[in-house]
Parts: sequence; C-alpha cells; structure tokens
Amino acid sequence: MAGPVLEMRSIVKTFPGVKALSDVSLSVRPGEVHAICGENGAGKSTLMKVLSGVHPHGTYDGDILFEGESCQFKDIRASEQHGIVIIHQELALVPYLSIAENIFLGNERATRGLISWTETLKHATELLRRVGLSDHPDTRVADIGVGKQQLVEIAKALSKKVKLLILDEPTAALNDEDSGKLLDLIRGLKDQGITSIIISHKLNEIEAVADSVTILRDGRSIETLDVKASGTTEDRIISGMVGRDLDHRFPERTPHDAEVGAAPALEIRNWTVHHPIDQQRKVVDDVSIQVRRGEIVGIAGLMGAGRTELAMSVFGRTYGRYASGTVLKDGTEIRTKTVPEAVKHGIAYVTEDRKHYGLNLIDTINRNISLSALGKVAKRGVVDEHEERQVAERFRKSMNIKAPTVFEPVGKLSGGNQQKVVLSKWIFAGPDVLILDEPTRGIDVGAKFEIYTVIDKLAAEGKAVVFISSELPELLGMCDRIYTMAAGRLTGEVPRAEATQEVLMRQMTKDKR
Amino acid sequence: MSTNVTAKSPAPAPAGKGDSTGGDGLLQLMIDGMRRNMRQYGMLIALGLIVVLFAVWTDGDLLLPRNVSNLVLQNSYILILAIGMMLVIIAGHIDLSVGSLTAFVGAVGAVLMVNHDVAWPLAVVLCLLMGAAAGAMQGFFIAYLGIPSFIVTLAGMLTFRGLTEIFLEGQTVGPFPEGLQKVSNGFLPEVGPDTNYHNLTLLLGFAVIAFVVLQEVRDRRRQQEFALEVPPTKLFLLKIVALVAAVLTVTMMLASYKGAPVVLIILGVLVVGFGYVMRNAVIGRHVYAIGGNLPAAKLSGVRDKKVTFLVFLNMGMLAALAGLVFAARFNAASPKAGLNFELEAIAASFIGGASMSGGVGTVLGAIIGGVVLGVLNNGMNLVGVGSDWQQVIKGLVLLAAVGFDVWNKRKVGS
Repeated sequence: MAGPVLEMRSIVKTFPGVKALSDVSLSVRPGEVHAICGENGAGKSTLMKVLSGVHPHGTYDGDILFEGESCQFKDIRASEQHGIVIIHQELALVPYLSIAENIFLGNERATRGLISWTETLKHATELLRRVGLSDHPDTRVADIGVGKQQLVEIAKALSKKVKLLILDEPTAALNDEDSGKLLDLIRGLKDQGITSIIISHKLNEIEAVADSVTILRDGRSIETLDVKASGTTEDRIISGMVGRDLDHRFPERTPHDAEVGAAPALEIRNWTVHHPIDQQRKVVDDVSIQVRRGEIVGIAGLMGAGRTELAMSVFGRTYGRYASGTVLKDGTEIRTKTVPEAVKHGIAYVTEDRKHYGLNLIDTINRNISLSALGKVAKRGVVDEHEERQVAERFRKSMNIKAPTVFEPVGKLSGGNQQKVVLSKWIFAGPDVLILDEPTRGIDVGAKFEIYTVIDKLAAEGKAVVFISSELPELLGMCDRIYTMAAGRLTGEVPRAEATQEVLMRQMTKDKR
Repeated sequence: MSTNVTAKSPAPAPAGKGDSTGGDGLLQLMIDGMRRNMRQYGMLIALGLIVVLFAVWTDGDLLLPRNVSNLVLQNSYILILAIGMMLVIIAGHIDLSVGSLTAFVGAVGAVLMVNHDVAWPLAVVLCLLMGAAAGAMQGFFIAYLGIPSFIVTLAGMLTFRGLTEIFLEGQTVGPFPEGLQKVSNGFLPEVGPDTNYHNLTLLLGFAVIAFVVLQEVRDRRRQQEFALEVPPTKLFLLKIVALVAAVLTVTMMLASYKGAPVVLIILGVLVVGFGYVMRNAVIGRHVYAIGGNLPAAKLSGVRDKKVTFLVFLNMGMLAALAGLVFAARFNAASPKAGLNFELEAIAASFIGGASMSGGVGTVLGAIIGGVVLGVLNNGMNLVGVGSDWQQVIKGLVLLAAVGFDVWNKRKVGS
C-alpha cells in the first residue's frame, strides 16, 4: 500500500465569527507516526475534531479519505467504527470505576445486556500487557497516576481495534519518565501496524518519535517535513510554526549578581510538609531555599518531587499538613498561614493549573485580574469599576492579551492568553516575590517568549522570582540559579554557569535516602 | 473639575478605537450588548410578552392601577426571598429552609406582639436578629463544618417548620398591631393639593428619575475621565429614554390609585442596595468568585468561609423580613405560612438567570424572575385558570427559561 492511509483535503471550518481552519490538507502514510504542531489557535485540535467526528460531516467543507474511502462521520462513534480513535488532552476516564470497566466503557463485554466479568478481566489484562501497565485491572482509576491513566486510555483505544490513533498533547501532564514510556509505547504500536497522529508542543518529542510532521499556522497547513531528514531541526520546525526565524527563544538576560550582604527577599528554612491524607508521608522534607531581589531562581524536579507542594504549602498552607519550618521575608520571620497573610507579605503564587486554581473561567478578564487585589481599585469596600477596567485595559496592552474587550469571559481565551491573565492578576497584586509554577505549560512558542519577557522584566524591576518548571531548557535559559528536588528533598543547587540538562537531570534523579 | 472633564471627553468618545462599523453600528451595538446578557434581556422580553398577553386576555384588567398595586403587595415577600436566594445560588449553594424560616419568624413575631404586647418596632428588630441568627447557624455548619448546604437547609426546613408548630401550638395567632400592618399593606401617606394623582408617589417617581439620569451621566463622565471607550451617544440617550419611560409608567400607574405601597419602597431599597453591593462591593465580587471557582478564589486570598457564612446570615435576615411582611399582610401567623416559598424563590432566581453551578446571576435578574412568576399568577387568577393548571404552567415556564439559556449557551459556545 503506497498511498496515504488518511487524506484530508482543503478542510475549512468556520465558527460563528471565526475561521478556525481556512485551508488545511493533511496526508498520513500507513504505519507512520505523524506529528502535528503549531501555535495555540493554529487549528490543531479543531482539525482532529473534524477528523474524529466531534464536528460532524456537514459542519465543515472539504473531503476526508480514510483507507481510500470517502468518510462522512456524523459523530465519534462513526469514526471509531472505522478504527479512528482520539485521546483528548483532558482524559475521559471515570475516576471511580476500575481500569477494566473504563477500558470497556460504552463497549462492554456483555451478552444480552449482562456484563461478562471473566471476559472483561481477561481482555483487560491482555490489553494492559500490550501497553505495558502492570496494575491489576480492578484498580480504581482514581488511584493511579496521570501517566498510567494515559496508558489506560490507549488500552481503551486498542480495545476498539484502532487503526489510526490520535493523541492530543499526550505528554502535557506527564513527567519526563512517564513521557518517555509513552513515546516508547507509541513506537511499539507503530511496529504493530497502528498509525498515529500526535499533537505536541514538545519538539524534542516530535524529533524522538515522529516520522513526519505537518505544521499548521493560522488555520492553514504550512508544510509537511520529513523528521528524519537532516534539515529538519527544532529551529526549523519552530520557524515554520511562527513564520519567522526564532533565533532567541529566551530574552537576552544579563545574569544577576546577588547583592552580597542584603538579606534574601524570601528564605524558606527547614520546611517539612506531610501528605494531606497519608500523614506518615513527607511530601516536602527539610527543604531550605532562598531567593534575592532581582534574581530568577529555578526549581527543577520530576513529577512527585514536591515542587508544587513546597510552593503551595508556603503560600498560605494551601497544600498538605505543615510539620515544621520557617519563612523569612527580607530577613525577618513572617507568618504565611493563610493566603491573605502571604499576599500581605508580598508573596504571590501563580498556579500550574490555571483552569482549576487560577481563574474564574466564567467571569471576565477585568474581574479576574483584580480579584486578588480588589482593595487596590476599591475605596471603603466599594470597587471603582472604571478604575478596574482601566487597570485591565493597561494589562491587556502591556501583556498583549488577545481579546476584543476586557469584558470577555476568560474561559473563551486560548491557553496562552489565559496564562497572561493569571500573570497580570498577580503582577497587579504588587508582590515582591513571585512563585511561578509551570508558567508556560501548554502554551505555544510565541506566547512563551512573551511570558519569558515578562518574567525577565519583573526580575529587572527588582522582584524575586521562583520559577518552577519541568522543561529544563527554559530553566537553563531563564534562571540565575537552579535548585533541584527529588522525592520531597532538595538534591542540589546549580549556578547558571554550571547548569546543563545533564547535570540537572542527574540531580533530579538522585535518591538521597 | 467639571470643565476639565468636558474638555477631555470629546476626544476619546468618537475615536472609539477605529471601529469600522459606521452607519448601522448602533443596532449592532445593541444586539451585541443584548447577546452578552442574553438571559436577562430574554427574560425581560418574555416578561413583556407575558404582560401584553394577559393585558389583552383580561381586557386590560391586568394593567389597572389597582391590580398593579396588588401585584406588588402579593409578591413582595417572594421577591424579598428571591434577592437573598440569588446571592446564595451565586455563591454556589442552595437554601431550602427559607419557607419554614419565614413561618417561624412570623410566629415568633406574633407571639411577641400579640401575646406579650412588645412594641412592634422592637419586635421587628428582634425578629430580624432572630432570622440573622438562624441564618448564621446554618451558615456556620455550611461554611466552617463543610456540611453541604442542601443537607443543612433541608434539616433547617424540617426543624423550623416543626418549631413553628410547637411555638404556635397549632393555632393561628393575630391580629398584628396596626403600625406593622401599614408597613406590609399600606401606602405612602396622602399630602399636598388634590391633583387626581398621589402627590408623594409622583414626587418620589420624579426623584428616582432624576437620580437615575444623574447616575448614568456621572457614570459616563467617569468612564471618559479614565479614558475608557464609551458606548456612542445615541445608544446612551436611548438607554436613558427607556429607563425614564419605564419608571414614569410605573409611577403614573401607582399614583393614579392609592400611591406607592410601603413595601415597594422597602423592596426598592433592597434591590438598589443589594444590586450595588453585588456589583461594586468587594464582598459582592467575592461571592461571585467563590461560586465561579472556589479553589481559585481561595488561592486569590478570598476568605471563602467568611463570605459563605455572611451570605447565609443575610438570607436568614431577609427570610425574617419576608416572614414579617407576610404575617402582617394576612394579619396572622399560621403554622402553614410560607409553604413552598423556598421553591418559588429558587424558581425566580433560575428564571432570572442564575446557574446551578454558581457564579452567575444578578439581583435584578431575581426580581425579573419573581415578577414573571407573579404576573403569571396574577394574570391566570384574573382569567380564572385554576391553581392546578397554574402550577403546570409555572413549571413549564421554569423549564423553558432554563432550557432557552442552555440552548443559547450551546449555540454561542464551542
């Protein structure tokens, strides 16, 4: 079979007021791993929704040919019958059902409406082996990690006799180790003859796993590159995505020389926190770190290293059970037992999960920005709406938030713009110390650069920045110093000059026990 | 100061960020504005249609000044409850206890005033405190102990109903002092020369109009002062004309009968006060924030427990007020008072644009929802629809209102 297994021709998809796809063509060869990349809003997810029948036939223009046949899917079931299965970024598993029940959800092993549990178990075990998951099929999905849940999703897809597997940012929520496993699995599936389409922001992953890559920009397919060809480098892909050469993925930073003598803006001493439910378990174990004004300090670690837990427990004890430790601001001990206390002492925490912990998605941009510091636009408990709007307009311009007005609900913005709103909110609070937890997660390259620029500016203004990230290149590109954590402990501190991905990774995987 | 403003104002207004919509932009702007607030405008239009329908059907009886007065009196207590309920629902909770609490406070008031001869103003204050205490207690369980509001207030519904019967020993207690009856049933006093109209009501109406116009103009100036975009002058004038016309119509209607009912004044103060708090006060914003996304609100430093507690305390106090108004209107406290009031208030809130998941809704919306139900009640009574069919129709209206909203959201989103 020499021809393509899937061909999408001149797909056009319009939403009220927006043209999401203006002309996209995609051709996938049988048995290959085909990556799709592009900035947020480029139309990747929409294209995959068109392909999988989420947007049914008739709501778009253009043709889809799968295995040489013209397809007119009216819903997801129709596309699944043809062997096209999509795994969305937000996993669609029922947390309180078992792995086996989830795998066969909607596709139960049953005779005359009664489930055959032995058959369910047998098939589930088989499928789990294929995806390399050793947990018992009766385990509740809520009790396994995100990485394993992703594997369950793939097992579920396999149970549907998948021929074309679509993965929408499969590694966005995974740590490096789990990501690696997942990519291995995708390669394994390829050997079994399954074609995959993978949407990813992580270019190193694309290089590692994909055979070809199609680049989308502004709702158009720009080009398809052979990943194995020598000219296809990360920079080559990036320039295709943004339509310009991106020599500098990070703003030029003059490394900050810590002022000797002055007390650090924030110092955390011997901080220990227990797990909120399992109280024997130390999630953060005797961690001491400090950050000075004007400095950007990174915290690197794999998932479960305790970075977010450290930050949140310091910020108003919003995570876990505090056991011991002190927080010092400019050399004096402060109380940060509640969020208002932490904010009052000039500490801000920008969450890694903006949708759940950062924003009120149904409310407008201006009201989200002002929320953590309403007092600044209010007199005697009454908010001055016009001043609030003016503040929001200022941030809309300075942060380049792409929205027609500041009265737009935040939920309608793209990920990058949402992140800019969260950042605006905390910058508006006027803190001295900003703890940024994965500030560029799930956002496109262009928006990332804008956010790096903002962070750099904050440091230049004399704020102390703690930068938590799973992406080592951005820590290396942005930070003056990088702490590494593993299993709740601090495992190292590396100055900018000595930091390389290899050094950091070694310390992040170091077991100090 | 004012010269400064006028000097600056012309510049930003027409600039309008280079809007390409030239001639027919006005209509477009109106449609855009309505689309953003589809639920409320939708309900306002629906209310207009219902009013026209019944006005025709009853040969204009619906809009007779006497009937309009009656409408206000009949629905005042539900509207008072709906205001509080809207806040509770915005905060992401529900309160099933308000009907029973209404009865309970009415009973306490009756026993105080009728059996123990407590002066009525004092008794009113005591009753309001009592309602606040009951609300605070439920709020404490919900906010600080984390028991779901559905459960706590369901328990409250049973408890307060039972306590009412115990308190009244199954009897109906009355009559109430005349002063309190006046508050609930009475009208503003007659003053000045005979003009065929109720003078004080006219004056009040004109005062409201002056206030509204002044407020709108000031607001527009402030926007320009902050160099913000303002809606075009035509649209602004249209809005003012519409507002003035609405207030004027109601004023003339009431003034040609006995004047404005005292309860209407109380309601007006509550609507303006709570509307202002929910829109402009820090605490109001915090209510929206905890209802919209509780974890995010917590991480933004909102004292969520305190806010929840206060919302329920407030609901208790408004339930007490409704209880007093209700008892005084019927001049007796009865064990069966306030039956299903909580459901009417909840229905009014949802018809008026609240969302099951919290974070959405306005005080004005609750009032619109309540008036829709009130006009339906009143209109169907006038044309002689039985209470059996009235319930069926009200149920369908609730379903249709929320259904329309869901459908509309689906159309706009995704």
